[in-house]
Amino acid sequence: MSEIEYHPVAKTDEIPEEDVKGVFVGDEEIAVYNVEGEFFATHGICTHENVGLADGFVEGDLIECPLHSACFEIKTGKAVNPPAEIDLKTYPVKVEGDTIYVGIEK
Amino acid sequence: MSDDRTFVIIGASQAGGWVAQTLRNEGFEGNVILLGEEPYLPYERPPLSKAALLGEVTVDSTYFWQADALEEAKIDVCLNTRVTAIDRDAKEVVTENGDRIAYDKLAITTGARVRKLPIDGADLPGVFYLRTMEDTLAIRDAVQEGATAMIVGGGWIGLECAATLTKLGCKSIVVEAADRLCGRAVTPEISDWMLKFHTGNDVDVRLSTGIEKFEGNGKLERAVLPGGDTIDCSIAVVGIGVIPNVELAQEAGLKIDNGIVVDECARTSDPDIVAAGDVTNHPNDLLGRRIRLESYENAQNQGIVAGKAMLDNTEPYSDIPWFWSDQFDANLQMIGLPQDWDETATRGDVESNEFVTFYLKSGVIDSAISVNNPRDLRVGKRLMQGQKQVTAAELEDPETKMQALLKR
Repeated sequence: MSEIEYHPVAKTDEIPEEDVKGVFVGDEEIAVYNVEGEFFATHGICTHENVGLADGFVEGDLIECPLHSACFEIKTGKAVNPPAEIDLKTYPVKVEGDTIYVGIEK
Repeated sequence: MSDDRTFVIIGASQAGGWVAQTLRNEGFEGNVILLGEEPYLPYERPPLSKAALLGEVTVDSTYFWQADALEEAKIDVCLNTRVTAIDRDAKEVVTENGDRIAYDKLAITTGARVRKLPIDGADLPGVFYLRTMEDTLAIRDAVQEGATAMIVGGGWIGLECAATLTKLGCKSIVVEAADRLCGRAVTPEISDWMLKFHTGNDVDVRLSTGIEKFEGNGKLERAVLPGGDTIDCSIAVVGIGVIPNVELAQEAGLKIDNGIVVDECARTSDPDIVAAGDVTNHPNDLLGRRIRLESYENAQNQGIVAGKAMLDNTEPYSDIPWFWSDQFDANLQMIGLPQDWDETATRGDVESNEFVTFYLKSGVIDSAISVNNPRDLRVGKRLMQGQKQVTAAELEDPETKMQALLKR
């Protein structure tokens, strides 16, 4: 199993509840979410077409793609409605102090 | 358990693709035969006037399913296959070369075809329409940097095409018969925004104008305007609407009225036949009337409902109509069909091309159009679905957090 390296990506007050922020770790585009005060991260690009999910709309624990309305579960990455069929990759997240860290495989 | 039933889909389109996909997603183990008259696997049309025309994406990337996925799903796809008749008594479809294919259930997803321009010279090489992959590839082949492109019709297709051809280095001229752009779909103030936006991007827009005829020696060389003025051009793209492909259904005796008449579960007047996509006239509960929609989302969601109905899993279809368009660097989205409203609220900045205009009726959002602001539009759609009471003032106030309005 490969090792996970945590990268600081945002401050907790940058992402209000039911919101999303797009960040980069190296070349990897990641969307970081706040669901009821808890932070989660998924790959930042919709699995249907090349669209950034950070421009999408968070409702409860779902993220809706801004272009074609595909929805994914933020916590699991599961594609829940069309046109997306492929699940989103998720990343481990930890919060230390007011900093949000996202774990990426080395 | 094996299932020896055969379900046939006429039209390897986005709607047809979703019918097939839904049958498998719902666990149908019988035969699925998807018949398409084009040489391509089912593909998504939105890129045809944008990324595919620009040459930024490959033909394969527009496929709804890649070939290996289709094979894995055991969908029997027959391309280059034109269906000429539906024999409802024998429950068979008849193809152009006389083959008869028996069905237990049938889906008609034949879509629409372009309306032709009834003027002299419209059949000259260089005059194109844009509906199919073939059309897009042909236009792309013909486009030369520096060429003048005459776009006939200032609707969605015409404007997207004008933007793409401009990006490819053409001088785009749009002629529109009506006195404003996209007049059948959007409100006058959005038409005004479109005019300003396209003009600002070097598109020459001429309203209340038509083309008298096209001329050229063996190929398009010029357009003649009604007053007799001529404009030299080597390429023309006509986008003046589509006609639903109802003929097969009509000849088979199904009920037709501006499309194949279906119920809320996509069922036609024959219990063994469903229909979905651009070709249907269907009831929309939220709008309180029947509509025929030419949209991506309708092809997808009605296709899903039709697939389920073939399995007797009836799930009523009634979505708020939703459309989008990409023109230059603007993403336009629209929810609902703006027709009847008593208040307008614009949120954002029209001048900087980032705003959403809401149309309210009795304090509830009836429809909305956004430019480069899909997120607020999405929240608007939720507010509309929930029939939430909102005021124009709070929608316009940048301090209002849209999602907070949902919590009412």
